[in-house]
Amino acid sequence: MSMATATVQPVERENYLNKHYGVGSWLFTTDHKRIALLYLISITFFFFIGGFFALLIRLELLTPAGDLVQADSYNKLFTMHGMVMVFFFLIPSIPAVLGNFLVPLMIGAKDLAFPRINLLSWYLYIIGGIMMMHCMLTGGVDTGWTFYTPFSTAFTNTKIVEAGLAIFVAGFSSILTGLNFVVTIHRMRAPGMTWSRLPLFIWAHYATSIIQILGTPVIAITIVLVAVERTLHLGIFDPKLGGDPLLFQHLFWFYSHPAVYIMILPSMGIVSEIIACFSRKRIFGYSFVAFSSIAIAVFGFLVWAHHMFVAGISVYAALIFSLLSYAVAVPSAVKVFNWTATLYKGSIRYDAPMLYAFGFLGLFTIGGLTGLFLACLGIDVHVTDTYFVVAHFHYIMVGGALMGYLGGMHFWWPKISGRLYPEGWARLAALIVFIGFNLTFFPQFILGYVGMPRRYYQYPQEFQVLNVLSTAGATVLGVGYLLPMIYFLWSMRYGRPAPDNPWNAAGLEWKTPSPPTTFNFETEPVVTWEAYNYEELDAPHKEEVPVVR
Amino acid sequence: MSDSTVVGLNHEEQHRPELLHHFADAQQQRDSSSFGMWIFLATEVMFFGGLFCAYLIYRGWYFGDFAAASKSIDARLGGANTAVLICSSLTVVLAIWAAQTSRRALLIAMLILTMLFGVTFLGIKGIEYKAKFDEHHVPGASFSFDHEEIPGHPGQYANPRHAQIFFSLYFIMTGLHALHMIIGLGLFTWLLVMAWRGRFTPEYYTPLEMGGLYWHFVDIVWIYLFPLLYLIDRHA
Repeated sequence: MSMATATVQPVERENYLNKHYGVGSWLFTTDHKRIALLYLISITFFFFIGGFFALLIRLELLTPAGDLVQADSYNKLFTMHGMVMVFFFLIPSIPAVLGNFLVPLMIGAKDLAFPRINLLSWYLYIIGGIMMMHCMLTGGVDTGWTFYTPFSTAFTNTKIVEAGLAIFVAGFSSILTGLNFVVTIHRMRAPGMTWSRLPLFIWAHYATSIIQILGTPVIAITIVLVAVERTLHLGIFDPKLGGDPLLFQHLFWFYSHPAVYIMILPSMGIVSEIIACFSRKRIFGYSFVAFSSIAIAVFGFLVWAHHMFVAGISVYAALIFSLLSYAVAVPSAVKVFNWTATLYKGSIRYDAPMLYAFGFLGLFTIGGLTGLFLACLGIDVHVTDTYFVVAHFHYIMVGGALMGYLGGMHFWWPKISGRLYPEGWARLAALIVFIGFNLTFFPQFILGYVGMPRRYYQYPQEFQVLNVLSTAGATVLGVGYLLPMIYFLWSMRYGRPAPDNPWNAAGLEWKTPSPPTTFNFETEPVVTWEAYNYEELDAPHKEEVPVVR
Repeated sequence: MSDSTVVGLNHEEQHRPELLHHFADAQQQRDSSSFGMWIFLATEVMFFGGLFCAYLIYRGWYFGDFAAASKSIDARLGGANTAVLICSSLTVVLAIWAAQTSRRALLIAMLILTMLFGVTFLGIKGIEYKAKFDEHHVPGASFSFDHEEIPGHPGQYANPRHAQIFFSLYFIMTGLHALHMIIGLGLFTWLLVMAWRGRFTPEYYTPLEMGGLYWHFVDIVWIYLFPLLYLIDRHA
């Protein structure tokens, strides 16, 4: 095929995008790259739904009085914002889009181990999404995304069971993605692609998958119990009937805390790739960064009760969970230090992906350090259920996970679409996102610290200035998110065709054409080099170095 | 990942219908399937784990009530079901062995036998549920568990609310287990059709093995459910 393209007219090369046409070729595809695009479209849709709720929340909080919506609607707004963003955007975002696209490419495989299960996972996601949309359009839920019992099972009149089942179904989609990745990473690596040569993106996804596999079933059974208790009026969690509401919280957070690492770990993988590429250096302390991902996955399962310090758990349990929560900061800090050390004496380029990576570095550090405030028992009691907590987890989930996602989308867009995005606009958007984000959420740290509780639609006059700042920031942030969507769509038609390796990056995915062919590699690749061999790539007489096999 | 040992098979194997295009060879495909199945079973362990966790907490809190409620279930039916399931695990293993040794008639017989054991299990379960229904032991509006003595404590009666938690867990756990059995029966119907069409050979019987793993898992769940639900403090 390469002979043909060299001589004939510049006809567009056959690739995964143009090989088949028609709706059916997309809806019944088993190509991991096409499924990644299906996911991209669907999660973007849900991102803007969730964002719309956020916008309404911020508009309501512009003034101290409850004027735009009343209490009931406001409760539904923040609940639906949380449920949509957590279960239908953040959790699938990087694994299902970039992970789906890149895991086989990066390890030199033709596809994921189970392509049909991969497609099934997208359909489950869509079914869950439709159920969630139906639930929203017919009344929604007002319990907060945590749907704590007994409020959710014995008091609220909103659609708990339907929302729960939507999350249940979407959860299976997440499990199947994780299962597929673990088997693929174990069994489908190209010859020579040893564990110590895997890109850190793969290590991060491996750790993420472990959490998806072991955590998600627990939220599934919890939802079943809530649904059964609510419909049949049983007493599993209802204290009036002898049940234990704390048991619900334990089961809920056993998944929902590790779920935070489902959101952040893939983002860390992306940042490792970007920082190495745009510093032109091998990542500092490769094995430490790799194993810190696994350590986060393991420790992440042992800290859940720090969400329950004021819920009445025993003081000794609180002590241990506090200590373990400090411990989970160690592998996270290892990563931050190693990324910083990678920058040291690197040849740094400030392209858009790198700007997002820098944004991640700063914002994740703030988010992580304020997490330590919350792991500290005394401070946690003071700021529980205040905007301090809201600001903290948005620094992790938006400042961390979403910045990484956007960085990754820019980094791999040429590979995904075969087109270059407009670099100037992209840098501008990165800057707008960074400024808008900080303007939105930094005031919330102060608001929380001085005592503004979360989930209230009215507030005293003295909180208004900071709330206005936050709402203004949210508007800026919204513009920052719309821009990439516009220029990505624009670039699909008008962007310059991308070369195979526009960043001169290491990694097998860049050795395929842009966009790749359906089976990824013409011949099975044989890996003879370490990951991030940038010094070697940039060496002046690269061609003359004999390749030893 | 150096699978050079099977290179000789490659050419021949690439023409087999069951080898999917993205696998290098049959060995890789088989390994992937079985690894994937084991991971799936790990998710199942976590799924049931949440229930076992709830069970252990309430059993610790309300031991006497749980013992009284447990005693009202017919342990002979549960015991019979345990025997049925263990037999069905044996027939599954024999089915795989039959496939490995090209005994098609035996394979089909063993699959049918497995399914018969499965149906028997569900039948006995139905009898048990019917009894609970008649005794008003099904949690809900018409639940009643009054004046039931706590085993080993004459004159002390179980708290009906706490007993209701036991029966809630009993129905959810055995119900989910029965649901897994029904899914298993569906799975085995499909395996039976494949076996009927002669799709399994000594070289290719992966679906049988995966179905077998699933079946054994469902059995093992029962092995835990039986003593936990039926045999609390029976000696008292």
